[in-house]
Amino acid sequence: MRNLMQQPFRTAVLVLVWGWLLFLVLAPNLLVVGASVMTRSPGTFISLPLTLDAYRQLFDPLYLEVFLHSLYMAAVTTTVCLLIGYPFAWSLSKVGKQRQVLLIFLLIVPFWTNSLVRTYALKLILATNGLLNSALMSLGWIDEPVQMLYTEGAVVIGLVYLLLPFMILPLYSVFEDLREDLLRASHDLGAGRFSTFIHVIVPMTLPGVLAGIMLVLLPAMGLFFVPDILGGSRNLLVGNVIKNQFLDARNWPFGAAASIMLTLAMAFLMFAHRLSKRRIGEDGV
Amino acid sequence: MSHWLPRTYLALVYLLLYVPIAVLVVFSFNDSRTGYEWGGLSLRWYEALFDNRAMVRAMWNSLWLALSAATVSTLIGALTALALHRYRFRGKQILNGMLFVVMMSPEIVLAISLLALFLLVGMQLGYVSLLLAHVTFCLPFVVITVMARLSGFDERLPEAARDLGASDFVMTRTVLIPVIMPALLAGWLLGFTLSLDDVVVSTFVSGPTYEILPLRIYSMVRVGLKPEVNALGTLLLVFSLVMLILSQWILLRSRR
Repeated sequence: MRNLMQQPFRTAVLVLVWGWLLFLVLAPNLLVVGASVMTRSPGTFISLPLTLDAYRQLFDPLYLEVFLHSLYMAAVTTTVCLLIGYPFAWSLSKVGKQRQVLLIFLLIVPFWTNSLVRTYALKLILATNGLLNSALMSLGWIDEPVQMLYTEGAVVIGLVYLLLPFMILPLYSVFEDLREDLLRASHDLGAGRFSTFIHVIVPMTLPGVLAGIMLVLLPAMGLFFVPDILGGSRNLLVGNVIKNQFLDARNWPFGAAASIMLTLAMAFLMFAHRLSKRRIGEDGV
Repeated sequence: MSHWLPRTYLALVYLLLYVPIAVLVVFSFNDSRTGYEWGGLSLRWYEALFDNRAMVRAMWNSLWLALSAATVSTLIGALTALALHRYRFRGKQILNGMLFVVMMSPEIVLAISLLALFLLVGMQLGYVSLLLAHVTFCLPFVVITVMARLSGFDERLPEAARDLGASDFVMTRTVLIPVIMPALLAGWLLGFTLSLDDVVVSTFVSGPTYEILPLRIYSMVRVGLKPEVNALGTLLLVFSLVMLILSQWILLRSRR
């Protein structure tokens, strides 16, 4: 091990990187954990004594209903993304290599486009006198406009639209690595298509499925601007509650506790993802 | 397996992904006031956009913020990637883990933690708080881009440089930097776009002194329809597209 002074460059780099992460990642997160067990205070935001009131408040029926509704919408969003994304990623992995590059590019173009603007574009389509209603009426399928905007469905459509690429990309990467030899082995051993799908393809793509769920489920509870634009006041997400508690109600302990619940959910999903990858490693090779 | 089924399916999903964007672009040239019916071609919403001084100021603010956030995060991100790649040090796993957590955690979790920090240390919310927050969420993406580039690179080159008497600093400047240049550019462009598009984190850490574009759009689209937003969205779309093509082109060219 060389002396520190002989490596001023190395020292400088490490100090800078560690400093940034400790000050802007670790410290703020510890602060949130701390805030969640403190008492709300008008002047300084938080004060002693320590209490678990904020966590108790999470189970207040009023908020519990909002959280469960948010979880429900996030679950529907994730399911829809998975149902669209799984066959999509599979189909994508079967297209010629040259074309795949172009198709992936087309998939991430919307992802690079301002998400607020894309959510707003959905409003043009879903509004009562919007494009979809006009189209359905001119086709004669409906007689008068259907209320689509400011419904639960509109929020789910908005979330699916924004989050679909995050489901497809991890799925695509597992389908890319799908081992043809195992599929052939399964076929040679007499398994039918359905049996191969259940016993070979599903377990091998499970890490991708879980990664996709992780990337969709949690943001689907946090993207507060989607209900703000499409959902009206009845279809709030956990993100809306956190935002209101921090910016309007100034109740930091409660907002922090809600945020910690989201973080715990993330930790749980990451753990499940890890576990599934390890299982594939043992069984697959 | 037959080919038409997967292809039709792909085409259908792409159609659904692009219809809203197409609607937005078409309606940005719509002369109608109500925003739902077609009233002929017009550039009036683009004119309205540039006549709006608060909007133009927000555009410049956003652009400046994105430029600075992308530059700072590329610098720190590149150094972090080099440190992770080159050095053995205590807590390397923890460093890696923290970057991973920043990338995976919902934006709103990062947003409130930074707000809490800034308010408790008494920092005024504005350009500086936005810059610190944006650099923080861009950082892991730059690190990953640069790490990917470094992992496919001949380890003997830096060793040779060291053996020939180059210091760490000189070796980094003359050997490593040229190798990771394409990744730096790609990471910079990614950071620029992430910063320009961010709504969630900015909502929390911006103050009245420094209004940025996404927040201005946010306050506009919450109620009713604002045809200027169509025009603005179209401009942002073209801008992102140029940036994306540029970054892909840089990465593809460097692979040859």
